[in-house]
Amino acid sequence: MRVLRTLLQRPLTLIGIIITLIFLVMALIGPNVAPYPFDNFIRDTAGKVAKRVPPSAEFVFGTDKLGRDIYSRVLWGARDIIGLAGLATLLSVTLGTVIGLALGYRGGWVDEVVSRLFDSLLSIPAMVLALAALATLGASPGAIVAVIVLLYTPIVARVIRSAALGLRGVGYVEIARLRGESTLYILFREILPGVLPALAVEAALRFSYAIFLTASLGFLGLGVQPPSPDWGRMVYEARLDYARAPWGLWFPAGAIALLVISVNLTADGLRRVFRYEGGVI
Amino acid sequence: MTPPHPVTLAVLEARDLSVEYKIGRDWLNVLSHISLTLNADEIHGLVGESGSGKTTLGLSLMHYLDSNARIAGGQILLDGDDLASRPVSQMRPIWGSKLAYVPQNPLAALNPSYTVGEQIAEIPRQHTGMSRTHAARRAVEMLRQVKIADPDVVATRYPHQLSGGMRQRVAIAMALVTQPRLLVLDEPTTALDVTTQAVILDLFRELIHEHQAAALYVSHDLATIAQLCERVTVLYAGEVVETALVRDLYRQPLHPYTIGLLASRPSAHTAGVGHETRLPVIPGVAPSLAERSSACAFAPRCPLAIEVCRTHKPPLDITDDGRAIRCHRWQEIATGDVNPLTPQSPLPQRGEAESVNAQKSRSPLAGIVSTESDQPVVTETGGTAHVGDSAGERQTVLHASALTKAFRDSGLFARLTRRARAVHAVDSVSLHVNRMSTLGLVGESGSGKTTLARLIVGLESSDSGGLELMGIDIPQPLDGRPASALSQLRMVIQNPNEALNPYQTVGYGIGRAIHKAMPALKPYEVRDRTLWLLDSVRLPASLAGRLPSELSGGEKQRVAIARAFAAQPALIVLDEPTSSLDVSVQAVILNLLKDLRAQRGASYLLISHDLDVVSYLSEWMIVMYLGQMVEEGTSAHVTGFPSHPYTEALVSAIPSANPDAPRRLIRLEGDVPSARDLPTGCRFHTRCPRYLGDICRTHEPPLQDAGDGHTIRCHIPVEELVRLQTP
Repeated sequence: MRVLRTLLQRPLTLIGIIITLIFLVMALIGPNVAPYPFDNFIRDTAGKVAKRVPPSAEFVFGTDKLGRDIYSRVLWGARDIIGLAGLATLLSVTLGTVIGLALGYRGGWVDEVVSRLFDSLLSIPAMVLALAALATLGASPGAIVAVIVLLYTPIVARVIRSAALGLRGVGYVEIARLRGESTLYILFREILPGVLPALAVEAALRFSYAIFLTASLGFLGLGVQPPSPDWGRMVYEARLDYARAPWGLWFPAGAIALLVISVNLTADGLRRVFRYEGGVI
Repeated sequence: MTPPHPVTLAVLEARDLSVEYKIGRDWLNVLSHISLTLNADEIHGLVGESGSGKTTLGLSLMHYLDSNARIAGGQILLDGDDLASRPVSQMRPIWGSKLAYVPQNPLAALNPSYTVGEQIAEIPRQHTGMSRTHAARRAVEMLRQVKIADPDVVATRYPHQLSGGMRQRVAIAMALVTQPRLLVLDEPTTALDVTTQAVILDLFRELIHEHQAAALYVSHDLATIAQLCERVTVLYAGEVVETALVRDLYRQPLHPYTIGLLASRPSAHTAGVGHETRLPVIPGVAPSLAERSSACAFAPRCPLAIEVCRTHKPPLDITDDGRAIRCHRWQEIATGDVNPLTPQSPLPQRGEAESVNAQKSRSPLAGIVSTESDQPVVTETGGTAHVGDSAGERQTVLHASALTKAFRDSGLFARLTRRARAVHAVDSVSLHVNRMSTLGLVGESGSGKTTLARLIVGLESSDSGGLELMGIDIPQPLDGRPASALSQLRMVIQNPNEALNPYQTVGYGIGRAIHKAMPALKPYEVRDRTLWLLDSVRLPASLAGRLPSELSGGEKQRVAIARAFAAQPALIVLDEPTSSLDVSVQAVILNLLKDLRAQRGASYLLISHDLDVVSYLSEWMIVMYLGQMVEEGTSAHVTGFPSHPYTEALVSAIPSANPDAPRRLIRLEGDVPSARDLPTGCRFHTRCPRYLGDICRTHEPPLQDAGDGHTIRCHIPVEELVRLQTP
């Protein structure tokens, strides 16, 4: 409760949380409230395809070069990008936490080996690795999630490991060992609550990066495949048509930016509440 | 102690000084109406427990305040010039030149990236425009003054290359380099070992006299103040409750708080403490900033409080002999009509020496000490202590034989280069603990006492040696120990903030410990037991639902003790259980430990650097130095004589709360050698004041029997030790 109250006291954090929530609602009910299906070629009264209609009362965000309603496509697209990024974040945070806790608490040569392995994985630029992996696996939603999990699990694990490492020798953990508690109990009941602040911040941060990565992959043509509306791909396609229909670029790009910024503001707010100074990768 | 100077010169005078802190939207009073006079060539002690405002007062006198603090009224006169009205910008030339500060932790105050010589030289260059070379010479000169050997070399060292005692000397050199008028010393020896502290205190006394400066010595420790200061002010809840000459205050404290504070301290100098004695304690806790009222601040905890105390704040009365007391009933206390320590019935005598001393000075302290009755009076517990330690019960609980542990650098690099030298933390130490008794383990930092404790509970495994618990061999690594052995050993650690998981309620923590030791119990039985355990450490049942962050340090430590008793263990290892607590809270914990030992039939292994605490609670004592046992015997034997030269120095270094106590002055020179590079022969020979000659350097001394199991590891024959140490 105290955490929530402090969190909502900062205007910037509050704005971030509200916008993030709006996007989440959009992902849930977007397709239901969208005025048109995402692949509907709109025709005007004369039966002609209504291409490149500027934003108006009828088409709030205008239409694209194929005559599709951009507002509807942005609404439909929210589900894909937030769903994929959300699932990938959930998986990588869960996996990363378990691995990080185990490495930090156990230590020893397993820790050395796995940590160095993670380091070498992290030394490859994320985008290069993602492109290579998707080129091999083929661009399916499952592959995108798998790639993000592969990329982000080591990062989460590293953050959680260092937090757990600091708690390993702390009094109450040693007392629990003296009591004969199992390793699992110590990891999840004694240590995990202590790393939750770091975890919350890291999860929010990972989510924002995952959104950005999904959008970037879409932009490069390795995201959700057409005709599904993908924000990244929409930006790519509108880019070529920018001279004639600039609004086609503004809205999907704006949606990406707004979502990433507001999730980041939330993460920043969490960090302030928990007074947690973590590394940002 | 020298008598007060006939002509005293006030250097700094605080008049009616009040300081406020801004907390939330309100300004709260931290210090109210403080009047204090600090004279040249006089060390003025300032005593108070945590939260009393003593550090704030020390800094306020320098007009050095946090941004959320302000001086709400009063004056600070430095040689007649009011500092309180000066803006901060006009304070800068005074800080460091006329006013100097020595912090508790010199490592935090010294800049790690400059040599200590540069740091000392910077001050006169800044304040007096001294040239670089001149200032460097002056820095070396200052280091010589604080008795650092090889000052030229040390001046080129960085702070991390120096030991704690050396750093504190450097901090003092920095403070004195500009010949300040006033020195504020904020617990400057709290972080140091006793033997180092003794040397540093001597140095303070000497240097302050030499520089004719005034000094304010802020401390929670009544004993160091007794040894060092001429005058003392007792602070409670931001108010002066008593000011007096040290001798007067300790002989006849007049304020009930001072009386309680002095009485609640255990003392090794009044050795021979029996099982029956208990420490008198001050009930309750100090009011928080928001709770401070317009009545007497101490009234809620005062056994002598009457109606007027709860409605009106007592004035600060000045007596004929220059003492100041803030109490409505001090005249009655002075005449002996009432005594806060014996409101209902007389208490047991503690020891001959103290009672004679006490009666001679007609001290209210006379009351706390004892007859044979074990009826505790001013305790918040009200329990009675019985220790059934009859001959039939001399059953061994723990037996450790020849435990040895060396730490090696485990890094890959160190292993590859084979340059790793082992740290010999514990070297062949044997001990045994009897049922319902306490074994005390004394040593300074680096003596290996904590490693020994960790070996016994199983957090480390030894290189060689064996452990027997209740007559059964137990394996060293924790994972290999059977559940039955695990539940027999518990530990209470030094830092109560670390002992409890901040995310688990008190009730959950204790309940889990019960469940783990007695898995067959049903949930409601576990709950009942939890409440019963809380009750046995005198905590209300309502605490079960609280998180540790809502508890005070003393309460946390009591919860930790309750949790340790949850499994009904045979042995509890107490690793410095009271060293992070205030004196009055320490008394509560020590009493509690004594009661629980009797009621629950537990045994303790008590580890402490504080000889007073160890001799209060334990019958048998082991003194360790650099991983080796140098002496063992009954507490009375070890603190008496003959004793090992190291123990002798340790006992002599402990400040006594009685300023008139006869003292043998033995000061150890130098620092404890590194456990990486142990001295040959006798490990103590590098610092031994009774160094014999080559034999000490080349041959390891034998363990000599001084009778009754009292053993001393020394080359000097026992008879000779007796002769040497007889005053």
